[in-house]
Amino acid sequence: MAAKNEKLLQVKNLKKYFNVSRKDVLKAVDGVTFDVYKGETLGLVGESGCGKSTTGRTIIRLYDPTDGTVIFDGQDVGGKMSRNEKKHLSKRMQMIFQDPYASLNPRMTVKDIIAEGIDIHHLAKSPKERMDRVYKMLETVGLNREHANRYPHEFSGGQRQRIGIARALAVDPDFIIADEPISALDVSIQAQVVNLMQELQEKQGLTYLFIAHDLSMVKHISDRVGVMYLGNMAELASSDDVYDHPLHPYTQSLLSAIPVADPEIERTRERIILEGDVPSPIDPPSGCRFRTRCPFAMDICAKVRPKWHEAEKNHWVACHLHDEEIKTEKV
Amino acid sequence: MTVEKILELKNLQVSFETFGGEVQAVRGVDLTLHKGETLAIVGESGSGKSVTSKAIMGLIESPPGRIKNGEILFEGNNLLKYSKHQIQKVRGKDISMIFQDPMTALNPTMKIGSQIMEGLIKHQEISKHDARKRAIELLALVGIPNPDKRVDEFPHQFSGGMRQRVVIAIALACNPKILIADEPTTALDVTIQAQILDLMRDIQEKMGTSIILITHDLGVVANLAQRVAVMYGGKIIETGTLDEIFYKPKHPYTWGLLSSMPKLHAKTDKLLAIPGTPPDLRKPPKGCPFAPRCPYAMDVCIDHMPQYTASSGSQKTACWLLDERAPKVDPPSTIGVGGEA
Repeated sequence: MAAKNEKLLQVKNLKKYFNVSRKDVLKAVDGVTFDVYKGETLGLVGESGCGKSTTGRTIIRLYDPTDGTVIFDGQDVGGKMSRNEKKHLSKRMQMIFQDPYASLNPRMTVKDIIAEGIDIHHLAKSPKERMDRVYKMLETVGLNREHANRYPHEFSGGQRQRIGIARALAVDPDFIIADEPISALDVSIQAQVVNLMQELQEKQGLTYLFIAHDLSMVKHISDRVGVMYLGNMAELASSDDVYDHPLHPYTQSLLSAIPVADPEIERTRERIILEGDVPSPIDPPSGCRFRTRCPFAMDICAKVRPKWHEAEKNHWVACHLHDEEIKTEKV
Repeated sequence: MTVEKILELKNLQVSFETFGGEVQAVRGVDLTLHKGETLAIVGESGSGKSVTSKAIMGLIESPPGRIKNGEILFEGNNLLKYSKHQIQKVRGKDISMIFQDPMTALNPTMKIGSQIMEGLIKHQEISKHDARKRAIELLALVGIPNPDKRVDEFPHQFSGGMRQRVVIAIALACNPKILIADEPTTALDVTIQAQILDLMRDIQEKMGTSIILITHDLGVVANLAQRVAVMYGGKIIETGTLDEIFYKPKHPYTWGLLSSMPKLHAKTDKLLAIPGTPPDLRKPPKGCPFAPRCPYAMDVCIDHMPQYTASSGSQKTACWLLDERAPKVDPPSTIGVGGEA
């Protein structure tokens, strides 16, 4: 694969708060920093409520960020934007949604669903060109021309997700945010969709932000993986590094909790089973968010929020256990 | 190993009448559950695994559902012959069920204590006071902290994982002989899933319950089950012990299922996807249900359903490839990681 050192997207200290009542604020994303390089797939994993979907939706401006900067291809897209500017952004950045049953308008034909973006951005000069693009899109995602005049209910889940992918690709974007694109699909169909996404990436040089809770699928598709916990990024590294030698105790326990489809491994391996549940993001623990469930929690974890730093080359982590300054202090 | 059969399904057939015609959801299932074991039924959505379990519980609503044929033998007695009243005595007492979604399985307007006591009072001659005491014990058993306080709380005061523990407590209330767990962890996060799986294993050890585990997650199967039945298109296409199914699968669908999942502990370049989609059970295929998607399909597969071929041990596979006249086909290299294939 091509050298991946050009940053396509830079997210710095991104925050998204929701006001849930007069006095309570839900801190869904609370200071997340990461880069996405051109042509790579960055996986974002975490349990429900960790803010991974909110991160994706804030980057594509379905939500307006509370704080922080988002720079897409040299341009600031995190601040105030006019309708027109947002429209321009959606030409280059597209999203694939989780539920293929809910994300397609049931009253629109497939061709109109796919052509919606083409119409908005005036990408087709004539009706014929518009249809040609739709047919090309359908063929790209493994459907055929005859499907253009049908409605979403006539398709199976896997086929609908292909339509969702075709819709995202129709405006020829550079960057695609895929929010749990395969979670609603059956195992044998998941593999079809993942293979399709990988093929498209190879052919068109797409960059993906792949959000999912299925760690084994994320490992399979991603070049780098970010692990989120309660609105914070806990660890970010190449997918091999995250899985082969995770630094953050949360990543370690998350990996050990996944049941593996191999009886031999299941019988022999040791698990770190976390106690309790994820705390509420309305009133998160002080200091490190993970300390209430962390088997290695120290005094400092309750007082100081761990620094997001590069503990090893290209291996970012937010944990006092791996902070050199604190380590030396203790000795 | 002499094991006692506790439940036996013979040629079970279940259909649903819909506007689009008769959907043959389960088309002849034979299954045996032994005492104290965990049997996993795996398959994709629409393969008939949930319908099979509902039939055992007597929860197929009729109409539109109809049990067309077959027997469900629980300790030798055919449950399908039971009256509504008789089956109510078994359901919740001898056979109970854990449902998939803990958010909807509990009554939001009832205290969880009352929900646990409901079954106890119905099935056992027990005073309200004793039932409450037992409910608190059960909450402690499933690992809920401060059970004497939480017994008076409502479901919305519990998190997802805690609610699933309550659902398990309800299912265990009358010391059932069989526990049917229909996707017990699908709605939960991985770290919570690990807790619940641990709990189920623990309970089985303590109480000797037989478990039917219904799931599509092969990881959960590898974690919990001793025997596995693979369902496809309303039929069981392969059954065997855990190791036989994972390390020496004989059916091309099982091969596909195992290799379409990415491995956490090994590098996979490309996933082996099974092309196509599952069959439409309104018009069930005449032959093998997997034939249209099977890379090894022969003419005979389209027209005739294969018989079960027993291979070593307890493994049984319904596939024409195992017929002596069929060409020899080797499973894809992605199979058989742990044992020799």
